[in-house]
Amino acid sequence: MPHTHPETELHNPQSTKPPLDPHLKALENEAIHIFREVAAEFERPVMLYSIGKDSSVLLHLARKAFYPGRVPFPLLHVDTGWKFREMIAFRDEMVEKYDLDLVVHTNPRGAAENITPFTHGSALYTDIMKTEALRQALDAGQYDAAFGGARRDEEASRAKERIYSFRTPDHRWDPRNQRPELWNIYNGMIRKGESVRAFPLSNWTEVDIWRYIQAEEIPIVPLYFAKKRPIVERDGMMILAEDPRLELLTGEAKREEVIRFRTLGCFPLTGAIRSSATTLDDIISELETATVSERQGRAIDRDQAGSMEKKKREGYF
Amino acid sequence: MTAPALANAALDETAVALPVQETARVVRDTRPLRLITCGSVDDGKSTLIGRLLWDTKAVKEDQAASLQRDSNGKQNDLGLPDFALLLDGLQAEREQGITIDVAYRYFSTDKRSFIVADTPGHEQYTRNMATGASTADLAVLLVDARVGLLEQTRRHATIATLMGIRQFVLAVNKIDLTNYDRARFEQISHEFKELALSLGVRQVTAIPVSALKGENVVYDGRASMPWYEGPTLIEVLELATTRSAQTVGFRLPVQRVSRPGESFRGYQGTVAGGSVKPGDSVVILPSGMVANVTKIVTFDLVRNAAVAGDAITLVLDRQVDVSRGDVIATIDSQPMIGLAFDAQLVALQPEGIQPGKRYWLKSGSRRQRVQVQPVSQLELKTGKWNHADELPMNAIGKVHLAFDEQAIFDTYEQNRTTGAFILIDPDTNNTVAGGMITAKRAALGGIHTEESRVILSLPADLADQLMATELFANRREDVEVRRVTAGKAVEIIDTIDQ
Repeated sequence: MPHTHPETELHNPQSTKPPLDPHLKALENEAIHIFREVAAEFERPVMLYSIGKDSSVLLHLARKAFYPGRVPFPLLHVDTGWKFREMIAFRDEMVEKYDLDLVVHTNPRGAAENITPFTHGSALYTDIMKTEALRQALDAGQYDAAFGGARRDEEASRAKERIYSFRTPDHRWDPRNQRPELWNIYNGMIRKGESVRAFPLSNWTEVDIWRYIQAEEIPIVPLYFAKKRPIVERDGMMILAEDPRLELLTGEAKREEVIRFRTLGCFPLTGAIRSSATTLDDIISELETATVSERQGRAIDRDQAGSMEKKKREGYF
Repeated sequence: MTAPALANAALDETAVALPVQETARVVRDTRPLRLITCGSVDDGKSTLIGRLLWDTKAVKEDQAASLQRDSNGKQNDLGLPDFALLLDGLQAEREQGITIDVAYRYFSTDKRSFIVADTPGHEQYTRNMATGASTADLAVLLVDARVGLLEQTRRHATIATLMGIRQFVLAVNKIDLTNYDRARFEQISHEFKELALSLGVRQVTAIPVSALKGENVVYDGRASMPWYEGPTLIEVLELATTRSAQTVGFRLPVQRVSRPGESFRGYQGTVAGGSVKPGDSVVILPSGMVANVTKIVTFDLVRNAAVAGDAITLVLDRQVDVSRGDVIATIDSQPMIGLAFDAQLVALQPEGIQPGKRYWLKSGSRRQRVQVQPVSQLELKTGKWNHADELPMNAIGKVHLAFDEQAIFDTYEQNRTTGAFILIDPDTNNTVAGGMITAKRAALGGIHTEESRVILSLPADLADQLMATELFANRREDVEVRRVTAGKAVEIIDTIDQ
């Protein structure tokens, strides 16, 4: 029996937005096709929801794909306990507003063994609180397909990942032995315990995400927009200093700066950028002239050689 | 033919995509262009793609910095990092120094965005090239100007053509190492044009390129090659056409039936050909039931039409039995429906394709059991089809498909979506072949044409007698005889009489 939620018919107010340009429309069509295919072929799909801009686009596309029905699968948020406060508030607001089913999971080892990004370093912390936590949550839900918002342009090892990315029962990815993927025909055949990670945004770039957010008026966490915020500088990154758990080290001082975030993860591992972009137009024009990639602000990509590929083999998204 | 004339052959007006709901304004095709690059490690393929990304500013400073770090400070003679490292994403590859799989790369100019499938050039990786080519609108083939066309150039061009690509760019790379030899370039372009024509491809542009120096890639190379007046690579890509919505008529493979409440029943899928509007009469296949379209529902608005590529929800005017895997099509021009089809396929796994084995076939949203009988295999070196009973990995073969239940297809030539399929091995669940439908077969065999060939299914002695006659003596190449028992022949002849 497929794992479906009671479907109720939704009524959307007629939109007055102008039609999407053909480029974004083509990307949107492809993503909707993938959503529908996975929902039809798998028994227990789930959508990984990280609350960031890509997740916001993913959620919007899921709502479009199944309209006038509800989104027919739950959202899963792996909460490390170290997310930005505004992210959690935004998540709960979305769930309420769009009538979504949300599953939140935190690795119990975090509290039991007091694992923090400060005490254990970014590599071990990420392994336990993100990768291991995700595996726990996927096992607990017996999910056979998980949607993720990863894009191929983000990072070198992602450039070769399939849209349906096959995982063994212990959630491993074998980059040397991926199923060939031809046309838009996806192979969803798996054995019990195996699963597929599905990536509807594979062919989107960062600029596409922002232009789509603008065109479709998609709500996003306010941390993406520039504002005067308290920060502390550490290891060459500007970290948001609003959480009482952030202890200042010798020589560090809190100060206020006009900043924003280009990507959002765990606040101690995500660096802010100096920016005065307060609107989507500002963000897009800033991006078009940007000289660094978005993941430059992410500590976890750089903590060891080939680090994202290694994390992915072990089950990280 | 001179080089500029060759080059201009590809600069036909770009096809115009006209969204139906918009006013009749001519819009340039700004859909992303998907392309595949083919060539070997030695042709400088990674350098070419790296150059495209670099000169369109798709590489950011931090990526360049980690590139510098990873190349251990190794630089080419222009002080740029090793571009190949940008593309060879996986550690295993870096260690071996070869590209082992399909990687997708993104870049854009202010006119258009591009998706590049970067596939390896080594022979054993035909499967990866077929994968990359399956979604590509255009193929960039690379040759080393000092070496010229190789056997692998023919191989790549053949696979690209087979997968439906009808636009080629020949990048004659390392032209700087020939001292910008115009005669050399023109000779190679001429040879390539002959090759492309022999494959039926007319849209060919040849460009003299130095990927390393960035000449005729994004920026022109006039300073070094004043004799070349044709477009740069990026100019050709900006003007290329995306695959047209092939026009065999409206097709909607049903992915999902949406029933959110008692009052609503909609059929969700992506339009795979033609267009549809409320009021159109449609047929549901394989049942053959007929209905009319009442509404096209999308999240934003109830639309007055949908075209190929649109992901829609269709509402019909009456209660009909429609489920996932069915195809909703226009009544006037219906897809083929039957139990037996001819196809070409590429074998993708070490086990190859075994005769008589029952595979899963997936096409659109339809998955069904199929028995595959290999007929012949393409010899890529010569372009000849040789008889074959099984197909090893990387083989391109012609096969017969026999289904238990009705299958629904267009030919791949007519529709790259409803004419394509994959085969899945039920033992491993792995994708073992990508295939393209070429024709429908009469259910029991008999006489029919397969392209220009005639196939006779006859008792063995009769077949031998017939082929010995003067009538067939000179036409053995055109006829394929399948020897059957007399009893089977009677059955076949009975069906012909009907």
